[in-house]
Amino acid sequence: MSSQTPVGSETRVGASVVEAPTAASVARSSHRPGQSPTRPKRFTPWLFLLPYLLLFTVFVIVPSVFGIWISLHEWDYTLPNKPFVGAENYTDLFDPGSVNAGSFWTSMRATGIFTLFSVPLLLVLPLLVALLMNRRFPGRNFFRAVYFAPYVLGVAVVGLMWRYLLDNNIGLVNFYLGVFGLPDETAWTTSLPAAWVALVGVTVWWTLGFNSVIYLAALQDIPAELYEAAAVDGANSWQQFRHVTLPGLRPILTFVTINTLIASANMFGQSYIITQGAPGRETRTAIYQIAETGLRNFQMGDAAAMSYVLTLFLMMISVIVFWLFREKKEKPLTSGGTK
Amino acid sequence: MTALTGLATEADTAVATGRPSDARAGGRRRTWVQVIRYILLGVLALLYISPVLFMIVTSFKTRADAAGIPPTWIPDPFTTQAYETILTASGTPVLIWFSNSLIAAVLHSLLVVVTASLAAYPLARMTFRGRGVVFSVVIATLLIPPVILIIPNYLIVGNLGWLNSLIAIIIPTAASAFGVFFMRQFFLSLPTELEEAALLDGANRWQIFLRVILPLSKPALATLALLAFLTNWNDFLWPVYVLFSADVQTLPSGLGTLQSANAVRYDLLMAGAVIASVPVLLLFVFLQRFIIEGVSRSGLKG
Repeated sequence: MSSQTPVGSETRVGASVVEAPTAASVARSSHRPGQSPTRPKRFTPWLFLLPYLLLFTVFVIVPSVFGIWISLHEWDYTLPNKPFVGAENYTDLFDPGSVNAGSFWTSMRATGIFTLFSVPLLLVLPLLVALLMNRRFPGRNFFRAVYFAPYVLGVAVVGLMWRYLLDNNIGLVNFYLGVFGLPDETAWTTSLPAAWVALVGVTVWWTLGFNSVIYLAALQDIPAELYEAAAVDGANSWQQFRHVTLPGLRPILTFVTINTLIASANMFGQSYIITQGAPGRETRTAIYQIAETGLRNFQMGDAAAMSYVLTLFLMMISVIVFWLFREKKEKPLTSGGTK
Repeated sequence: MTALTGLATEADTAVATGRPSDARAGGRRRTWVQVIRYILLGVLALLYISPVLFMIVTSFKTRADAAGIPPTWIPDPFTTQAYETILTASGTPVLIWFSNSLIAAVLHSLLVVVTASLAAYPLARMTFRGRGVVFSVVIATLLIPPVILIIPNYLIVGNLGWLNSLIAIIIPTAASAFGVFFMRQFFLSLPTELEEAALLDGANRWQIFLRVILPLSKPALATLALLAFLTNWNDFLWPVYVLFSADVQTLPSGLGTLQSANAVRYDLLMAGAVIASVPVLLLFVFLQRFIIEGVSRSGLKG
């Protein structure tokens, strides 16, 4: 690697006389003050970028275009022929008579239901936790760690753990529900709507800490003077939250919302391990269906088409979110809150 | 103090923070409120973490005890049988899965750190034609849902002959746009004076990167390595579909197969889950600050 990088005069100077700043380099830097560290030789930046761009091209850029190509073919990995079929894989998805349409839209509905219920909870509950943890009290770091800890466990671990806890016969959840005199025979993993409650609940438990930490960092960036000013103006707690905290969070709120939406729309492991798509295929999410269609049944053309339809939905929703959170005309109390 | 009360959403928490008027009403009452608040917080925290505790407890139970009704919090008898079984049974090479996961996660995070920091340096510190384009394209891919990459990447990995091997877990996911962004932000925060001095001393870019920039970037490099390690260690979908043989599984995908094979052996499943959790929980306990900082920075300055 180091043998590739040295190009040009800087290198030759460095190699020969390291300790003595040469007239050339001094002259150059005085010639363009402040410019010299930012003006490299022509190929130097590209040599630094090369390893990353290689990976990036092969595994991000090429596949995102190659996927379109695949989706336009009847592409079975195991068969030699991959005939071009044009938009058929797409139109099939909108044709109720075709094989994949039914299961695909069931899975899209599953993803939609999961996203619809998990996202609001994952926006509001972590905010409450963050507001609580933002207050100075001894041991705060310990409590922060407790709420974040589940997030470092993988979905496989979280899934297995909750499958056990949610077992309708021997699970803790039904046992404690019984202790408190509540219905204790719910089939959390195999009946509706219980399975959705389970999947959303587990996901909120698992990932709540992630959003909390991001909120917390944003809360700590809000200048204390704004709260003092608001208090002087006679604003109560709610008014301070409404007019100082929320506007201060706005820049981060877009990120958190989009990020949570995309994460929820990509839900896979919980459904794969906890409910295994049951009952029927009701909780089999879109990404689960795409992976099974493409990587188990090797109908890769159909699966690629499905993934672009899902992506289109996600992009439309992201645009709506950006539009909803767009910067509005500042109100007097909030001006300067984000800068 | 007044600033903090503004963040309280409920009236009672605002009182507990102590407004000047309440402070005189008696330190004793305030202490009691504090104690009760801590007890509440403690109980909530314990409840929150109890699923993990129960997983650990169950892994030390016998098969019958793990399936007993009512469920108990103390193993009776306490046994390490589940671990012995899962580590020695022929169908469940957990030690191999463990070393597969470890090798993959270590190599993956090294690859992420090296490629991302190399790429981030010119993006942060050099002006050259195409810089804006490269940076925008890389950042734009943060918005691409990973789902569209699954099918084509499976074919690419297949053509490279990497299916059913650990390379498929290490390399394709290593082009981390987040990593580049993260390192670039960090490099931007470093003072330029040291580089200017090094340039005057005749150092080239590569020498500056190695001897000036990288040593100053240890915290950021460690954070990125840690996040990449955790992500790779916990990855599930990709290994489930890309690895087929029992002995090339990672721990998460191995546990997935274990589940279908032993649907009712919760003692074994929980032992396996504990084994998969120990490294990440240890990392979390010791390097919590880095993980939490990394996560919080991932959402900021976007």
